[in-house]
Amino acid sequence: MRLDVKKTYKLFIGGQFPRSESGRSYEITSPKGVFLANAAQASRKDLRDAVTAARSAFSNWSQATAFNRGQILYRIAEIMEGRRDQFIAEIVACEGVNTKKASEQVDAAIDLWVWYAGWCDKYISVAGSQNPIAGPFYNFTTPEALGVIGAIADQKSSLVGLVQSIAPIITSGNSALIIANEKSPLSAITLSEVLATSDLHAGVVNILTGKVAELAPWMASHMDIDGIDLSGAPRKSATELKSLAADNLKRCHHFTGESLERILAFTESKTVWHPIGV
Amino acid sequence: MEFTYAAAPESRSVVDIAPSYKLFINGDWVAGKGGTFPTINPATEEVLSKVTQGSASDIDRAVKAARNAYTKIWSKLPAKERGKYLFRIARILQERAREFAVLETLNNGKPIRESRDVDIPLAAAHFFYHAGWADKLDYAGVGKSPKPYGVVGQIIPWNFPLLMLAWKIAPALATGNTVVLKPAETTPLTALLFAEVCQQADLPDGVVNIVTGDGRTGAALVNHPGIDKIAFTGSTEVGKIIARAIAGTEKKATLELGGKAANIIYDDAAIDQAVEGIINGIFFNQGHVCCAGSRLLVQESVYGTVLDKLQERMAKIRVGDPMDKNTDLGAINSAAQLAKIKELTSAGDSEGATRWSSPCELPEKGFWFAPTIFTGVTESHRIAREEIFGPVLSVLTFRTPAEAIEKANATPYGLSAGIWSEKSSKILWTAQNLRAGVIWSNTFNKFDPASPFGGYKESGWGREGGRHGLHGYLLTTQKSHSQKGGK
Repeated sequence: MRLDVKKTYKLFIGGQFPRSESGRSYEITSPKGVFLANAAQASRKDLRDAVTAARSAFSNWSQATAFNRGQILYRIAEIMEGRRDQFIAEIVACEGVNTKKASEQVDAAIDLWVWYAGWCDKYISVAGSQNPIAGPFYNFTTPEALGVIGAIADQKSSLVGLVQSIAPIITSGNSALIIANEKSPLSAITLSEVLATSDLHAGVVNILTGKVAELAPWMASHMDIDGIDLSGAPRKSATELKSLAADNLKRCHHFTGESLERILAFTESKTVWHPIGV
Repeated sequence: MEFTYAAAPESRSVVDIAPSYKLFINGDWVAGKGGTFPTINPATEEVLSKVTQGSASDIDRAVKAARNAYTKIWSKLPAKERGKYLFRIARILQERAREFAVLETLNNGKPIRESRDVDIPLAAAHFFYHAGWADKLDYAGVGKSPKPYGVVGQIIPWNFPLLMLAWKIAPALATGNTVVLKPAETTPLTALLFAEVCQQADLPDGVVNIVTGDGRTGAALVNHPGIDKIAFTGSTEVGKIIARAIAGTEKKATLELGGKAANIIYDDAAIDQAVEGIINGIFFNQGHVCCAGSRLLVQESVYGTVLDKLQERMAKIRVGDPMDKNTDLGAINSAAQLAKIKELTSAGDSEGATRWSSPCELPEKGFWFAPTIFTGVTESHRIAREEIFGPVLSVLTFRTPAEAIEKANATPYGLSAGIWSEKSSKILWTAQNLRAGVIWSNTFNKFDPASPFGGYKESGWGREGGRHGLHGYLLTTQKSHSQKGGK
């Protein structure tokens, strides 16, 4: 007889897998109450560490070539494909769905990465413009990454909602910190293992597991976060979170599904006047 | 030999200012419920007229008029006809340009040369540009057949009264929204004259409503449940109040807020041209410009040369009667603004920076502040961090391009920036690294209806002008990409 070697589910911050600095963890169970794992319960300090990691990763990631970012996003899809069975097993365990349903969710998540990978070197052409101004200047507007974006993953699905938030944020060159599905965070941690082995720069994506109600206000009020994706925030908390976010005028958005809008929501348009003359 | 300028005053006889003004609601002049207050000429403190303090019930009346006009008329009008109204407005503004320029200068204090050559022509151009968009919104980049929000509440500042009105009203109408606009407390007169333009253009009643008043009127507008979207230009402080006020609602907002722009002078710049650019960057419109180049960053190797030439040039700035066509720098818009400038410049003195002001004579009456620079400024000084919104320039230095970028970006604002260099690749590298929404290279304070304007970070949300500016007035109809099969 051989005993399983079980995985410790930890946070993903700055490319590393720390436990919560608070030493806290919480129990993850199946819908029927069967114990699955002890997940790290992130603290305010963990969230701040994630912001620091995201901020320091922003410069290199946003300045990487669009082609390079696209290659890395596609690489994430490739590595996920190789871990299909693990993702399916975790979704089945956490969500209590059958293998077919879980498998569809994994397919959708992988395909999302492929879709967004293709956007990296296209969204600027689609959303930018050359502007015919009255004067001797070459005038153009181009969208660029906003900075550090916080996200609350959709709480209905464990994997696809997570990817729905992360992928568009990092497509344009933003870095992200994301609060995983509170009840079903196992595939979020497995996803971070994928991200850690996909040539994604450390700190571009940081994943926190824990209590959404506890972490979200800290995220909304953090002064070094530039925007938040509130897609997974409980509706009744949206007012409070947006009010807190006003302290530094964070761009707050709420989305369903995948779209170009979702990429553009966390970009900023820059208009440059360049002289023409001899 | 000494040359002097003879006075060249513009005549004010082209303008008829009524002794008092009511509110413009539903195409008509209606008495407000909040009393009146005087509006003055800041260059002389002469009372020009009395205007109405719009009350919450006046706002309610205006919003209802706008809703009614939206539902019954404006939303049913074919887009190309909507566009024609805007073309008409653009033409009438051009026809009455001189009248508007004189009135703007009287009420705002800005030099007639600027209101005549910049504010009014640009305002007309803004309507002309947006008129053409009205029936082409399918190409605006927000999906097929985009829809307007409905009724938009707009609050504008006192620094470019008519131009800011145009920036707000033109895109709102072109995209099919109706408007309740509150002009700034100290500069309501050109907005009230604009109401006449709407009448001359036969614009349907209630499509544009103008309610004058102070901050309380603005707050009533922001908090009115019948407003679908707020467009605000003003301070970051008020922008945050608005963001909190609408947090629990479905209202959208675009915000054009403060700035503390870096104007970067590299050692390979054409220095004389750059000095002109520095002057224009900070002294245009008395420095009452959210995108003013108020932080000068000079490369150390040319610091001495730039400073000498700058002071020499500043001493030639003609300060005085805004109605004189030779005047470069007019009056500070209000006593309150002058007090704010004095408070911040005193902080500059007490924190250890060195003040130098142009040795010009200032008029006795009215609100005035001489063109001023501070040298020896460090990044931690208040005059390097806070928006002064006056003719005051803080000078800092840098050694390397990387240091210039770091200093330029070290601010919670991100509205604009300037770059002076004769090397194109360096200009574009710098532009790429600056975190600001509008970057001027070898120029400053240039505006065009086709060029999107707006800031990063705490300088606001959204853009005004260009194709991008339309997005703030249209509901996105972009469909979610379908996983099954794709598009």
